[in-house]
Amino acid sequence: MMASAITYLPGKEPHVREHRLIFKNIDRVGYDPSIECYEQNGGYVQLKKAFTMARADITNEVKKSGLRGRGGAGFPTGVKWGFIPPTNTKPVYIICNADESEPGTFKDRYILHQDPHQLLEGMIIACFAVGAKLGYIYIREEFPMAAIIVEKAIAEAHAKGYLGKNIQGSGFDCELYVHRGAGAYICGEETGLIESLEGKRPYPRIKPPYFPAALGLYMCPTIVNNVESLCHVKHILEMGGETYAKLGTPNNTGTRILCVSGDVVNPGYFEVEVGKVTMGEVIDVLCGGLKPGRKLKAIIPGGSSAKVLRADEVFKLKDGRELTIMDIPMDFDTMAACGSMAGSGGVIIMDDSRSMSWVINNLNNFYAHESCGQCTPCREGSLWMKKISDRIVAGTASPDDVDTLESVANQIEGKTICAFGEACSWPTQSFIKKFGDELKGDCKPELAGKVVAEEGAIAAAGLVAV
Amino acid sequence: MAFEVSSELEKKIDEVITHYPVSKRSAVLPLLHLIQHEFRYIQDEAVNWVAAKLGLEPIQVLEVVTFYPGFRQNAPGKYHIRVCRTLSCAMAGSYELMDALCAATKIDRSHADHHHPISVSADGKYSIEFAECLASCGFGPVCMVEDDFHEKVDVSKVGELLAKYPV
Repeated sequence: MMASAITYLPGKEPHVREHRLIFKNIDRVGYDPSIECYEQNGGYVQLKKAFTMARADITNEVKKSGLRGRGGAGFPTGVKWGFIPPTNTKPVYIICNADESEPGTFKDRYILHQDPHQLLEGMIIACFAVGAKLGYIYIREEFPMAAIIVEKAIAEAHAKGYLGKNIQGSGFDCELYVHRGAGAYICGEETGLIESLEGKRPYPRIKPPYFPAALGLYMCPTIVNNVESLCHVKHILEMGGETYAKLGTPNNTGTRILCVSGDVVNPGYFEVEVGKVTMGEVIDVLCGGLKPGRKLKAIIPGGSSAKVLRADEVFKLKDGRELTIMDIPMDFDTMAACGSMAGSGGVIIMDDSRSMSWVINNLNNFYAHESCGQCTPCREGSLWMKKISDRIVAGTASPDDVDTLESVANQIEGKTICAFGEACSWPTQSFIKKFGDELKGDCKPELAGKVVAEEGAIAAAGLVAV
Repeated sequence: MAFEVSSELEKKIDEVITHYPVSKRSAVLPLLHLIQHEFRYIQDEAVNWVAAKLGLEPIQVLEVVTFYPGFRQNAPGKYHIRVCRTLSCAMAGSYELMDALCAATKIDRSHADHHHPISVSADGKYSIEFAECLASCGFGPVCMVEDDFHEKVDVSKVGELLAKYPV
C-alpha cells in the first residue's frame, strides 16, 4: 500500500463534511485512470476476495449493507439481485446504466472519466454474484471521452486477467462491453435502455411481465444498476455489509454523491453519509451559501423529476417531526415524507431572482423533447404542458391556462407504461401547488374565458371544417 | 459525400458486431455511430447498408436514426456545437451563450424546430443545436464542440472558445 497522504487538486479538495468512498480518487493529484494506478491503490483486491466467497454470500452482503440504488428510484440493490428466479436456466446479463441524464445530476461522469476501474471491479463482482457472463456499460452518447476511457480500461482488465476466460483462476468467465446511447433521456429507464441495447427505439416495456430481473435483455434475467451503485459494491465487500450499513442512517445507509447546481456560491459534487447533512448544511456549509443579497425561493431536491419544495414550507411528518426546508436530512425516506424524492441526488437551488413560470417552462420543454411517444397521455400531454407554459412565459396565457396545465398533468400521472409519466407531471403539479399564484400572476386576466391559443384556434377550426 | 465504406471502417464494424453474440440487431446503434463519425451524418445509403450488414429491414435502422437526437440525417458544419439548454445551464446563461455563439458564427437559428434542430452557418464551417442536459449542471453553462466538452463558458469567452477550432 502507498503510504503517502492523498492530496487533491487545488480548489478541488473535498469539504471536511464529506465522507469519500466512491469519489476518493476524484480530482486526486497523481491519480490517473490506468489499471496500474488503480492496482497501486488497492484495486481489484475485492474482486479476488469475491472469488473466495459463495455467490449467495456476496448478494447477502449487499443486502445487509442496505444499499439503495443511486440512479433515482432508491430500490435496494441486493434485493434487486435476488429477484432473478431461482429456477432460472437462461443466461443472466448485467447492464450498467451510465446514461446519466436526469437534469441536475452530474456524478457518474467523474467516475467514468477518472476512476473507470472502480466501476469495472464493482461490476465484475456483481457479474460473479449473479452469474452473469456478459455485461454492457450503457454510456450516454454525450460522454464520448468516457466511452473511450472505459473501453481502454476494459482492455487493460482483460490483459491483466480480470476479464475474459477463467478470471484469476476462478473458473468464472466474463466479458464486458461499452454500448453508447444516442442522446435520448428515456434510455435511462431500465426497460427503455434494454430495448435500446437490442437495437431498437427505446420504448419502455410494461411491468409486469417485463421486470428485467426475470425478462430483460433478450428476454433473459437482467440486472440494471447505476454506475454509483455498482461502485458501492466494491466498498461493501471491503467493509462488510454490516459495517457499511453503519454509514449513513438506518434504512438510508452508506454514502451518496450530492450534485448541487443553481443559485449557490460554490455549486459542485459532495459525497456525504446519507442523511447526515441537512439541506441547510448543503446550502450554507458545503456550497458557501446563497449568492450575496439573495433569498432562497425553491429547491428541486433530487433531479428535475422530483417535486419542488418552497423555501417557506414547514413539513409535518407522521412521526411528529416538524421540519423547515433547511432541516430536511438528505436521505431517501425523509425527502419522500416531505412530499418529494431524493432521486438521483441532483439538488437544484433557486433564489428569489428566479421566475417560477420560467423554471417550469424550461422543464416542460425538456420533457416534451424527451417523451418517447409510446403512450398517448405522455406524448400529447408533455407537449401541451410545454405549449401552455410557453404561453405563460410569453405573457399570452389566460389565468384558466394554469388550471388546464394542472389538468393535463393530472391526466398523465399513473397512466403510462413507464415512470416518465410521473417524471414529467410531478414538476408541473408541484410548481402549480407551491407557486400557482405566481404562475397565474404571469397570465393576462383580460384573456380569462377566451380561446387564446393559436393551436387551440386551429384545432377548433379543424372541427368546424369536418 | 458519396457513401463508400472503406475496408478499414468495415473492419471496425465487423469487430463491433462481435460484441453482440446473442443478436446482431443490437449492433445498430454502434454501427450508426461509426458511420456518423466517418461521414458526419447518416445518409439513406447508410441506412440500407447497415440493414444489409445486420440482416435487417431498412425501416428497422431508419426508425432508430429518426428517434435518437444523437443521429443526424443532414450534414452538420465542420465543427458541430451543442449547447446545454436545460434548467441549471439555462439559469447559468446558456440561452445567452447560444445567442453569442450564433452571432460569432453567423448562424441563423430562426428555422430550427423539433424536427430540424441543427442550424448550419452559410459557409458550412459551424453548426449548432441546443442539447438537453449534458450532465455538468454545477459548472454551467456548458457546451460541446465536436467531442470536446467545455464548462463555465461565459459569453465573454466565446471568441476564445471558437479560436480553438480554426476553419
